[in-house]
Amino acid sequence: MRITQGTFSYLDDLTDTQIAAQVQYGIDRGWAPQVEFTDDPHPRNVYWEMWGLPMFDLADAAAVVHEVNRCREANSNLYLRVTLYDASRGRQTTAMQFIVNRPQHEPGFRLVRQETHDRVIRYTLQSYAAEAPHGARYDGQDPLVS
Amino acid sequence: MADTQRSDRHRSRLSSGVMSYASMGFYNADYQPSDTDILAAFRVTPQPGVEPEEACAAVAGESSTATWTVVWTDRLTDYETYQAKCYRVEPVPGSDPPQYIGYIAYDLDLFEEGSIANLSSSIIGNVFGFKALQALRLEDLRIPPAYVKTFQGPAHGIVMEREYLNKYGRPLLGATTKPKLGLSARNYGRVVYEALRGGLDFTKDDENINSQQFMRWRDRYLHCMEAVNRAMEDTGEIKGHYLNVTAGTMEQMYERAEFARELGSVVIMIDLTIGYTAIQSMAKWARANGVILHLHRAAHATYTRQKNHGVSFRVIAKWARLMGVDHIHAGTVVGKLEGDPGMVKGYYATCRDNINAIDPALGFYFDQDWAWMPGLFPVASGGIHAGQMHLLLDHLGEDCVMQFGGGTIGHPMGIAAGATANRVALETMLQARNEGRDYLREGPAILKQAARKCAPLQAALDTWGDISFDYQSTDTPDVVATPTAVG
Repeated sequence: MRITQGTFSYLDDLTDTQIAAQVQYGIDRGWAPQVEFTDDPHPRNVYWEMWGLPMFDLADAAAVVHEVNRCREANSNLYLRVTLYDASRGRQTTAMQFIVNRPQHEPGFRLVRQETHDRVIRYTLQSYAAEAPHGARYDGQDPLVS
Repeated sequence: MADTQRSDRHRSRLSSGVMSYASMGFYNADYQPSDTDILAAFRVTPQPGVEPEEACAAVAGESSTATWTVVWTDRLTDYETYQAKCYRVEPVPGSDPPQYIGYIAYDLDLFEEGSIANLSSSIIGNVFGFKALQALRLEDLRIPPAYVKTFQGPAHGIVMEREYLNKYGRPLLGATTKPKLGLSARNYGRVVYEALRGGLDFTKDDENINSQQFMRWRDRYLHCMEAVNRAMEDTGEIKGHYLNVTAGTMEQMYERAEFARELGSVVIMIDLTIGYTAIQSMAKWARANGVILHLHRAAHATYTRQKNHGVSFRVIAKWARLMGVDHIHAGTVVGKLEGDPGMVKGYYATCRDNINAIDPALGFYFDQDWAWMPGLFPVASGGIHAGQMHLLLDHLGEDCVMQFGGGTIGHPMGIAAGATANRVALETMLQARNEGRDYLREGPAILKQAARKCAPLQAALDTWGDISFDYQSTDTPDVVATPTAVG
């Protein structure tokens, strides 16, 4: 399956040139880019690992693409995303977020149904990959030690 | 006001009988509105022979302290505080019969804190049936921050909803389940599943889907949540279905909302027809229970559409923000329902911005300061399709929900394909916009190119590419009218 989180998951994977264009759009609006990666793509996993700190006051998107590629080298088979953060008053939240790297194989999720009272079902989504411990997911890449 | 003037007014008001509203103090061209007054702009069409100042004073009077005759018991109060004051009357150029914009100030002490029921009973409660007027419309209200701060505001607001759903940088996509009436719960859930797995973020009950014989609410909720969770499994994204909890009593609404929460729904829905107090109660519930609250503006066009009589939708949108909903239907510009582009832009700004500055083209008669109360998502719904994506993005911006009901479910390749067509069209257009392309002009070409790699989008463009609803709006700005700053 293909996880469709992020702003551009229904398009072909973005090229580095396309990534740079999107990042530049954000930088021009004063947003801070951040590269993140994870081996747990559960939709409610908010906190992906940070690849360094947010790049505040950056002028040129090329530096972000450089960091994306460094992060890719270290975590080629994990999920990577670029987040653009808007610190302005009234927002103070993520403005854009898109996936820039995926594992070769995306095993996806299992839906667990717990049948309870009166036909009520409690649903839980579990990532197949996250059943293994860190370091044993996605060909052994461990985001916590990379 | 000088003491001598004040005592003159007292003297004249001592006499029993009927006085003009203007002479009773409801028209006062010298009045300087204070920062904490609530200000109203009324479009007044007087009966023939009634002076505009008197008509506007009557509106001020009947929406505040006045009755049709002098009452000595006024003298037991500091009545000048409680009198609304019409402080300016402007003719509407070119209107026939003549219309006037009457600006009226209300002291904040006239209103109960945190109650739209009280605010609306005061300002639009009695006055609309007044015989001396042919027609009357409440165009705009300036709600001072002092009053804004007495309301809860959106249960979550745009920022929190995005963080909750983990979705950023694009409008959210939805669809209303069709046909509106008659589907069994099982079939209804099928539509929900297909639309969500195909790429939409939300599906929606329609306003009149409550709990009828063909589909009771509990069965609908169970099947919809199965569909929502299956779609989450397929996509790895958070999905939601607006479960409509509208019912005949508050007790029934709470029962339905609590069941929706128990099933793990991220969102519930109410209709505007439940009333302002019920909406405020549900907004409190939604915040306390972490559930997003969607408001369908059912029945609003009975009083918002005609330019000469009723209440402008921008006032309803202001009230919705104060009452505390997270979503409100606010027009599409290009779809099948009424909406002049400037007016709709004004409604969207009312939902989202912190400051709405005076702007006749947007229908803003006053500066509105929201004191950083969070914004809510305006929802575009009704007769829109993927082929209009460049127009929709240009008119409506990013912080909105675009709902393609027929444009998803009517897709010739199926519901999921319809959803995918909409999502691909949206992401393509955003990508082009962010890359600096002239997406408004190049929009059709951008979509055509994307459709080469996406058969569902191609089919959508082939089916609906030429559909538009090009009718004259009934509610338009007074192009030559120029409201100016007050106070």
